[in-house]
Amino acid sequence: MTATIEKPTAQAEAGRSARSLVDTVFRAREISIAGALVLLVLFTWIAEPRFLNDQGVKDLLLNAAILVLLAVGQSVVVVTRNIDLSVGSVVGLSAFACGKFVSGTDHGPLLVALLGIAVGMACGLVSGALVSFGKVPALVVTLGMLYIIQGIDYWWAEGEQINAADVPQSVLDLGSGSVLGIPYLPLISFAVLAVTAYFLRSYRSGRELYAIGSSPEAARLAGVPIRRRVLGAYVFSGAVAGFAGSLWLARFGTVVADNAHGWELTVVSAVVVGGVAIVGGVGTVWGAALGALLLTTIGSALSVLKVDSFWEDAISGALLLAAISVDRIVNVRMTRALRKRSAR
Amino acid sequence: MSQADSTGVPVLALKGVNKSFGAVRALRDVSLELFPGEAHALAGENGAGKSTLIKTLAGVHRPDAGQVLLDGEPVVFHGPADARDVGIAVIYQEPTLFPDLSIAENIFMGRQPRRGLGRIDHKAVRSATAALMGRLGVALDPDRPARGLSIADQQIVEIAKALSFDARVLIMDEPTAALTGSETARLFSVVEALRAEGAAVLFISHRLEEIFRLCQRVTTLRDGRWVASEPLAGLTEDDLVRRMVGRDLDELYPKQDTRVGETALSVHRLTREGVFRDVSFEVRRGEIVALAGLVGAGRTEVAQAVFGVDRADAGEVRVAGTPLRPGSPNAAMAAGLALVPEDRRQRGLVMEMSIERNIGLTGLDRISGGGLVKRALERGRATDWATRLQLKYGRLSDHVGVLSGGNQQKVVLAKWLATDPAVLIVDEPTRGIDVGTKAEVHRLLSSLAAEGLAVLMISSDLPEVLGMADRVLVMHEGRMVAEIPRAEATEESVMAAATGRTGKGRAAA
Repeated sequence: MTATIEKPTAQAEAGRSARSLVDTVFRAREISIAGALVLLVLFTWIAEPRFLNDQGVKDLLLNAAILVLLAVGQSVVVVTRNIDLSVGSVVGLSAFACGKFVSGTDHGPLLVALLGIAVGMACGLVSGALVSFGKVPALVVTLGMLYIIQGIDYWWAEGEQINAADVPQSVLDLGSGSVLGIPYLPLISFAVLAVTAYFLRSYRSGRELYAIGSSPEAARLAGVPIRRRVLGAYVFSGAVAGFAGSLWLARFGTVVADNAHGWELTVVSAVVVGGVAIVGGVGTVWGAALGALLLTTIGSALSVLKVDSFWEDAISGALLLAAISVDRIVNVRMTRALRKRSAR
Repeated sequence: MSQADSTGVPVLALKGVNKSFGAVRALRDVSLELFPGEAHALAGENGAGKSTLIKTLAGVHRPDAGQVLLDGEPVVFHGPADARDVGIAVIYQEPTLFPDLSIAENIFMGRQPRRGLGRIDHKAVRSATAALMGRLGVALDPDRPARGLSIADQQIVEIAKALSFDARVLIMDEPTAALTGSETARLFSVVEALRAEGAAVLFISHRLEEIFRLCQRVTTLRDGRWVASEPLAGLTEDDLVRRMVGRDLDELYPKQDTRVGETALSVHRLTREGVFRDVSFEVRRGEIVALAGLVGAGRTEVAQAVFGVDRADAGEVRVAGTPLRPGSPNAAMAAGLALVPEDRRQRGLVMEMSIERNIGLTGLDRISGGGLVKRALERGRATDWATRLQLKYGRLSDHVGVLSGGNQQKVVLAKWLATDPAVLIVDEPTRGIDVGTKAEVHRLLSSLAAEGLAVLMISSDLPEVLGMADRVLVMHEGRMVAEIPRAEATEESVMAAATGRTGKGRAAA
């Protein structure tokens, strides 16, 4: 009889410590990335003080803005145990479409952004429909979409390029302007990030995305509309990538057919480095954004320190492997720890 | 305790339902009526179609023919959500949870209480979960992730899920299989309370005494067909068994007398932290030793550790006296071990490969020369074993996915017997196969033992354990709690040990 009386309290304790264990692990991930970021910035600053002058900080934020945005969109897809490799091409297509649309006109930034979002949503809709309703593996679908969208972009551009001179000043102002010394672009990314994070945490459909990634079978039995949610995730990722395309135009003014070529892999790296599990169900957009910030800051730091840019790729690669290894080890350890705690 | 009103309209019913999966006819013309305030038992052997029936009621499967009736009106469930929305709660035999999400989220996924602007009220979710845990009398932290929960605790989460919406129909597929005596009692009191409030209950259990304790009516299935629906009052356990089995038990369990030889497999103090602990036993040549216990007692895990699929944290395995290198299935095979796994579709076979390829997989070195597989040898090996096991197939080059469950199981057996093992470990050898093939598998195991093979048989099918085993080992919550010789093995003695009611050395760790 004593056993039955003692058990609940022991279990409750195990439960409490299990929760704090899990909390610690996830917070540890975000804290350690933030820590690495601070160390990197400090180190670079000491070696080259100009790194953190007004313009330096602005450049850091501007460089990160678009990647952070894409990482937010990608996280929403990865959390459902899928992937979207087409985002780089979508950015390229959307930037070019927006450029074509505004060149020689005086359309304002709002219209440009809406067009970019619409282009991206259309791409996301196709990928999402194939993945969710067609039941084709996400890797294949979005790889195919990457090439198709790129092809459309090349075919349309025919070697043509959009020049800053053709883009209305109001649009360019969005890319270069700032409020209280902070450029618009990072502010926009931050807003999208905060809203997405809040949505994922506090709305049923947001939690269902995690449920799908954690266990598709359980999600099915719980009556989660899996196909609709996955489709939604792709449309969101597409919309965000399309929006990023219009911001690309605003920032650089000059647009060629293969803008953002190869960015999809950087985005996936950022997301994984930021602690979003590639097998789904785990991770936050905050982490993914930190991952994106870390990757772009490494790039900026290396160029300030005049290190060969070849190292940037190598370091990103090493970081990615490290992040995945840590995920795996933590996962195994935590499962074992939780199992031992609940063993009776 | 309100007496059930069996004359009224059933809240949920099946009428003339048929359901097939490929060539396997899981349900044939099955009808069932569930009345408010009544607990209805569903009886039948493994593979009789109980799980398919439940999934049809739950909206997971749609019947090929026949109707699902809700309050007397035909309904079509397009998915589990439809069934849930009309108040049907299902507790599956194997809990399906989101390992990365908290217990609270697992319970309320898709139905979280909300506050303004459609936002989830996290505080309400947590307190509602705490209240459910209180009602069930367990102390599980609502914020703890489901990963690493014991099977019993996972079951608790499933039960809490069913309680969380006021279910009109509660369907439970062997909910007590992994629970201890006190947990079962608690579950039953909750079910009684729901029933008193007018909910209809459909209950599946292999433990007949639970059926008699909890239920008022019983429907029996055999080989996918409806056998009878009747009040339990006036029935005896023997009546029920006769309806379930429909044939003489001796015919189903043809146990041959064998001469027991020297020790073939000896396991000494094998431990895998958090899964099983301090497990020791021996299997001798010519012997069939059953490993009984509840789902989640750690039996499959012991078999996996013995065979080297999982690495044990401590302990030793010896085959014919020689210590086995841990963590290496290859070493285990070389030493003469063979493991027929529980899940033949996932682990036993490569479903897209042909019969001959599957059988050849365990002996690639024997059927190949110069690094290439010799088709003639491969086919010869497959033909030989297909004939010996009386496999029913079209061509050996057909892929195994087209075979019925029983024939697939024979392919798995062929695949392993072809390695000429000294010790055969079979995990749930007859789960989900029809009664005829089941008897064939039993006859095969029996004659193999008579030829001097050592057989370790993991089974949750109690009649199978009692009918086939020379000795019964019983595990409970990761420990070996009893060893019962054939003469003393009864349903009562095995179940008592498996549920932890007897047996020494049960420590609350």
